[in-house]
Amino acid sequence: MFPELGKYAVTILSSYGAAIGILAVLIAVYVLRNARIRRALAAAEARKAAR
Amino acid sequence: MSFWEFANPARFMRLSGRILPWLVALAVLSLGGGLIWGFFLTPDADQFGSTVKIIYIHVPSAFLAINIYFMMFVTSLIWLIRRHHVSALAAKAAAPIGAAMTLVALVTGALWGQPMWGTWWVWDPRLTSFLIMFVFYLGYLALWAAIEEPDKAADLTSILALVGSLFAVLSRYAVNFWNQGLHQGASLSMDAEENVSDVFWQPLVLSIIGFFALFLVLLLIGTRTEIRSRRLRAMLMQEAN
Repeated sequence: MFPELGKYAVTILSSYGAAIGILAVLIAVYVLRNARIRRALAAAEARKAAR
Repeated sequence: MSFWEFANPARFMRLSGRILPWLVALAVLSLGGGLIWGFFLTPDADQFGSTVKIIYIHVPSAFLAINIYFMMFVTSLIWLIRRHHVSALAAKAAAPIGAAMTLVALVTGALWGQPMWGTWWVWDPRLTSFLIMFVFYLGYLALWAAIEEPDKAADLTSILALVGSLFAVLSRYAVNFWNQGLHQGASLSMDAEENVSDVFWQPLVLSIIGFFALFLVLLLIGTRTEIRSRRLRAMLMQEAN
C-alpha cells in the first residue's frame, strides 16, 4: 500500500511532514485564539449583565 | 440583498456561523482525498520520479500564497474606500494564512530543489519574488501588532498590502516576465497542452480545492475572532471608564 519512494523518500516525507506541521500549527493558533477570545467575551458580557 | 450588507458584523457572524460547518466538511474531504490520492495512488513522473508527489502540497500552497495576497489587496482597498471594518479584519485574518502558505511553498520548493536542481535555493525570479512576498506578509503582521489604535493600524497595513501586491503579481508572472531562472512554468494551465497529465492533474485539482477550503475555514474563524476581539476591547474600555 505504501508507495515506493526510492532514493527520494527523505525529500518527499520531509516535505509532507513540514507542510503538515506548519498547517497544524496554523490551525491550532486560529482555533485556540478563537476559543480564548470567545471565553473572554462571554465573561465580559456576563459582568455587564450582572451590573 | 446587496453584497455590502455582509459588511455588517452581525450579519457576517450569522452567515459565517451557518456556512462554517459545511466548509470544514469540504476542507477535510477534499484535502484528505487530494493528498491521499496524490501520495498513495499516483505513479512516478518520467522527468521527476517520485518527487512529483510534492506538487500536491507545493502547487496549492504557492497558488494560495499569491491569491491570499490578492484577496488582501481587494479587502484593503474596500477598507480604504468604503471603511467597512469587516473587510479590514478579513485582511488581518488572512495574513497569517498567507504567510504560512508562502512558507510551505518555500520549504517544499527548497526540499524538492535540492535533489532536482542540486541546490536548496537559487536567486531565481520566481523564488526571489516569493521570498520578498513572505517578508511583506511578516511586515504586514508586525505592523498590525505594533499599532495600538485599530483604525490607524488598518489604514497603514492596507497601504502596505497595496504596495506588497506588486510582489504577488511578480511571483505569479515572474516566469513569464523573465525567461531565465530554474523554476519551470505553471503546472496548471487553461491550455490542455501545457497541463500536467490527467493522472497528476485530477488529484492536484482536488488538493487545490482542499487547500482553498482550508483557507476559507481559517479566514472565517479568524475574521469572527477579530470581530469578537473588537467587541471585547470596546467592553473592556467601557468597564475601565
